[in-house]
Amino acid sequence: MGSLLTGVAILIRGHRQLLILIVPIAIFAVVTQLVGGTLLGRIAIAFFINLMVVLSLQIFTGNSGLLSFAHVGFMGIGAYVSAVLTMTPEAKAFAIPDLYPALVPVTLPFIPAVLIGGLVAAVVAAVVTFPIMRLREAASVISTFALLVIIQVILAHWHELTNGPRSLFGLQPYTDLPTAALWGVIFIVVAWVFRHSSIGLRLRASQDSEPAALTIGVNVVRLRWIAFIVSAFIAGFAGGLWAHFVTTFSPRAFYLIETFVAVTMLIVGGPRTVSGAVIGTVIVTAAFQGLRTIENQINLERLLPFQVVGVTEILLAVVLIVVLTVRPGGLIEEREIFSGPGGPLGPDADSAAKAPP
Amino acid sequence: MTPEFALQYLINALSLGSLYALMALGMAIVFGVLRLVNLAYGELIMVAGYTLFVLNDSPLPWLILAAGAVAMAMVASVLTERIAFRPVRVNSLNAMLITSFAVSTLLQNAALLLVSPRTRAVNVPGVLSQNLDVGGFNVSMANVLTIIVSLGLLFGLNLLLRRTTLGIALRAAADDFPMTRMLGVRADRVIATAFAISGVLAGVVGLFWVARIGSVIPTIGAGPLLIALIATVIGGMSGLSGAIVGGYLLGALTVGMQLLLPQGLLDYRDAFTFAIVILVLLVRPQGLIAGRSAARVG
Repeated sequence: MGSLLTGVAILIRGHRQLLILIVPIAIFAVVTQLVGGTLLGRIAIAFFINLMVVLSLQIFTGNSGLLSFAHVGFMGIGAYVSAVLTMTPEAKAFAIPDLYPALVPVTLPFIPAVLIGGLVAAVVAAVVTFPIMRLREAASVISTFALLVIIQVILAHWHELTNGPRSLFGLQPYTDLPTAALWGVIFIVVAWVFRHSSIGLRLRASQDSEPAALTIGVNVVRLRWIAFIVSAFIAGFAGGLWAHFVTTFSPRAFYLIETFVAVTMLIVGGPRTVSGAVIGTVIVTAAFQGLRTIENQINLERLLPFQVVGVTEILLAVVLIVVLTVRPGGLIEEREIFSGPGGPLGPDADSAAKAPP
Repeated sequence: MTPEFALQYLINALSLGSLYALMALGMAIVFGVLRLVNLAYGELIMVAGYTLFVLNDSPLPWLILAAGAVAMAMVASVLTERIAFRPVRVNSLNAMLITSFAVSTLLQNAALLLVSPRTRAVNVPGVLSQNLDVGGFNVSMANVLTIIVSLGLLFGLNLLLRRTTLGIALRAAADDFPMTRMLGVRADRVIATAFAISGVLAGVVGLFWVARIGSVIPTIGAGPLLIALIATVIGGMSGLSGAIVGGYLLGALTVGMQLLLPQGLLDYRDAFTFAIVILVLLVRPQGLIAGRSAARVG
């Protein structure tokens, strides 16, 4: 409770930067809603959902310093749980013929179902990730990678819940731009508060020097675990919104390609800062959509004698490697954007902690 | 269990295990010097596969084509090190890891763009689909060849690592890189050598892997990558012998599960093996065969 209060206090002191982050995004959402066409509206919704996934990754990776490849898996859990909860019994009879009979009559409103999806993702994360939070470096990365594979295998074979590897269809397109934008902004605030809360501070201290953090009594494993649960909730929530945005999807949607895109967004922007996560998502979404449009246009008008596929991913990968080489901390490295000379925590509070390698 | 069945099982397990051991070894040798889990490792196998596909209509004997495929995998491995990994090496471990993820995506999509997203058939020499008659038992030639070639390769690699200066430098670097550098060994050279060996191993694995499937697709590397990950974790990340043991263990385990698990659970086989991975990491993070830990080179 104390940590929450400190977080809120700092939030108020540093709210100007947060506003600078939120206001343009909110204006973009409102303008798109009022004058944008269907296509721009869909891109905007996809942007906000991506933003949530990237923010969830930022909450864990940015504060703890540990990479996670598992988050897209938790997004999948949220997507399937919320889908099963909102679909009508008739739709379920078609789409998930093997569904557990007890779940068939259950039909919840949209947002409660998405919230439950996030909660289930968080509970699964709480149960399975506590032991792996004490791993470091290669072992930590491999175990989250293993987790992604396990979730994928289970989603693709649990016919009684997911319709197996085949597509799940028949969802209602509940996710509109105002909903996505509102929750996107809410999660920006959550990530911001988390970063500046005492949990976030202690985690970032442990990232800079784990032994030093341990000596001042920081329970690193427990804090990482909390960060993971919070971030799994957001990932699961984003999955629920995404499910009711695309309305047809299969377990494959929650695997390596999506993980790659989310990681790219976070790393390009800068994993240690919330503004980095936001700006990375903006840039990569813009680049991704632009390149995809060009790619599709080339294929549609047969400008080249062969079909162009994968160019978008190739260019993204090149950008990622260049960013990692030239600016390994991402575009917004240590201090939040527009934080001025003092920053929200006094002189160089964020960067002073960084020890020389 | 009839003797024929037992022999069949043994040869299957040994052959699969040999292949897995080579996969794991290629991964472990790079991990040893760089502490990098190379997620682009599977794409080296893909490179070997596509080289075979491109050379499908060539009149040259298959062995020469195979040598070409292995060489291409090696070149690809060394190139990724030179272009992608070397510049980020001084940054963080995470930076290198994400770079390998990016390289993997890049190579896969390059294959998608340049060849095709669809499966492409690859000519496999007739020898590999023949059966061998061993004292009245029918044994697949491909399995026997896999075992022989793998053992030969392991033997040769052992010789290289123990008898040549470069090999000794490589082992020293895996043990304590900063110290090795202080003694005058060039880090770039050692790392490039590790990637070259890794590429050769991936290339040979690619030959047998493609021969088993008879075709190649851009995502062909995903399976071998996961296998290499599992085997190195089970055997131990810090030594090369661990990777070999892990590979054979995983081979036996896979064939065993195929034999014993009912179909309903067999679908979840990958989930089981990865659960084992997490368990091993928790209970025995150093793996079954523990080596000495080493500092990372910057």
